[in-house]
Amino acid sequence: MTDPFLSLLLSKNLVLLSAFIDNGDLVLRVDRKNFKNLMRTLRIDPELDFSYFVYVTAVDWLDARQNRFELVYELMNVSAFRRLRIFVELPEDQPEIESCVDLWLGANFMEREVWDMFGIKFIGHPDLRRILMYPEFVGHPLRKDYPVQGKQPRIKLRYPEVRNTAVDMKRPPLVKINRQSRNRES
Amino acid sequence: MIDSLNQKQKLLDFDYGAGGIETTMRSRALNDDLHTETMVVSIGPSHPATHGTVRIVAELSGEKIIDADIEVGYLHRGFEKMCETVNYNQVMPYTDRLNYVSPLINNFGWCLTIEKLFGVEVPKRCQYIRVIMSEISRITDHLTCLGASAMELGAMTVMLYMMEAREYLWELIEEVTGARLTVSYGRVGGLNGDLTPDFAEKTREAFKKVRRLVADSDKLLSRNRIFMDRMCDVGKISREKAIAYSLSGPVLRSTGVAYDVRKAYPYSSYQDFEFIVPVGSKGDNYDRFLVRMIEIEESIKIVEQALTNLPDGPISLSDPRIVIEDKREVYGSIDGMINHFELVIRGPEPPIGSTYFQVEGGNGELGFYVVSDGSGKPYRAFVRAPAFIHMGAFREMILGHSLSDIIPTFGMINMIGGECDR
Repeated sequence: MTDPFLSLLLSKNLVLLSAFIDNGDLVLRVDRKNFKNLMRTLRIDPELDFSYFVYVTAVDWLDARQNRFELVYELMNVSAFRRLRIFVELPEDQPEIESCVDLWLGANFMEREVWDMFGIKFIGHPDLRRILMYPEFVGHPLRKDYPVQGKQPRIKLRYPEVRNTAVDMKRPPLVKINRQSRNRES
Repeated sequence: MIDSLNQKQKLLDFDYGAGGIETTMRSRALNDDLHTETMVVSIGPSHPATHGTVRIVAELSGEKIIDADIEVGYLHRGFEKMCETVNYNQVMPYTDRLNYVSPLINNFGWCLTIEKLFGVEVPKRCQYIRVIMSEISRITDHLTCLGASAMELGAMTVMLYMMEAREYLWELIEEVTGARLTVSYGRVGGLNGDLTPDFAEKTREAFKKVRRLVADSDKLLSRNRIFMDRMCDVGKISREKAIAYSLSGPVLRSTGVAYDVRKAYPYSSYQDFEFIVPVGSKGDNYDRFLVRMIEIEESIKIVEQALTNLPDGPISLSDPRIVIEDKREVYGSIDGMINHFELVIRGPEPPIGSTYFQVEGGNGELGFYVVSDGSGKPYRAFVRAPAFIHMGAFREMILGHSLSDIIPTFGMINMIGGECDR
């Protein structure tokens, strides 16, 4: 509790599981219920003012922990360049958490990526589609139970009635080659 | 009547030009006086005017973009999954292919993250060499970005000038690392090799040529009427929006936020060097262009300072847990042999824990979040790729502009497929 910023943070009546300094970085642990309130306070409170959403990612702990998924958020205060990392754990049977897109616009793409890669649902996300993978992809590739060389089912051509326009145009060839005359010249 | 309405609805439901891939975009009737409809145009993923595999599904009213859907992921190779299967040093070639225009910065970003996990700091000479190589890479990155964007706006000469300048710098990189693009120069706890003896001399020679070429390009572009018309007030984003979208690098600095990782969180002895962080005021493409032009000059200055003050000493840690020992030790002593074997077979084994470390990449904050479970392979490796995050704000930047404004805006974001899609 020597860090002055940590004591300021703790004076804000936040419901945290723990707060500690790990390898020089300030780290908070919070449970899923109080997560959104914490994020809203961090964003809106003028003394804290974490207006920059650095990243969100997830870690799949499989059976190593009671809760399978762990979400990692990092925020930054742009005026003082102060950073904060937040861990939230999610159980395997209900991998859902509230979305942060209403607080930080940049969370949109990053949350979509976490959904794509880990299958963690973000409740309230405006457009939760796959982003790096294609829509027909089965499974979530960065989960530990997805094999490294996993094979995907072959997908059908999406709209077989839409032909290749370049073929349909039936353009005349650019240069007409008359083989016979060519042979005669040579 | 109903039939014709149905037919019209069918027309509206048809995915015009979108190639049949599922999007949220449909063309719709604009209820204006002319009773016109919008048109959905799909640009990419492989389009001659965009350098990078990204698909932009734009909905147009006339030539104005009224909605857009950005699809990334066409170059997804599973970087993060592959990292989990190899040891910490074997990740190095994969990081080369992240931002393949400045691979050295990716190398060092990865090394610094693992060194932070170990809790060690590399020798001063190694830090200085990392700075030198990073800054040379940053210049090549900016030159590629500016040259390619200028070419897309019709300035072929500038492109050739900048490619020539980049070639001089890549010759330097090749001399030190042995490769132009896939350098794999960084090692956890050190470097692959030292600088060559006459590197400083050659660098000064190269910088003379680079400075001349950049000055020529500057004269051709910076006050060029055609160029300015295409760049000024295009792709504008406000300071608040830029922060909300988590932008970084030249794109963020063009809006007036002086956030540069090298100044905000100095790493690798960046605090030893004098350089300025250029900031723009309007946040448009022209400001991004100018910020990059100034950064080229600043990077050159940093390299010159680093070469002048380059300290002597080892280029790697002498910690057998992390760095492969000298060959004399390996073949001469049993300890050295064992350490070498362990490092090659099992890799460096950081303590259990997780950490994040950020460096200033060519396009912004490049960070790695790594989880170690105590073994030689990362349990989880995540890349905070600036290009990916910038693409999230791309829709906001092009809305309301004309179709042709996509090209300079996309060029100035400098989306690198390898980094964006990982």
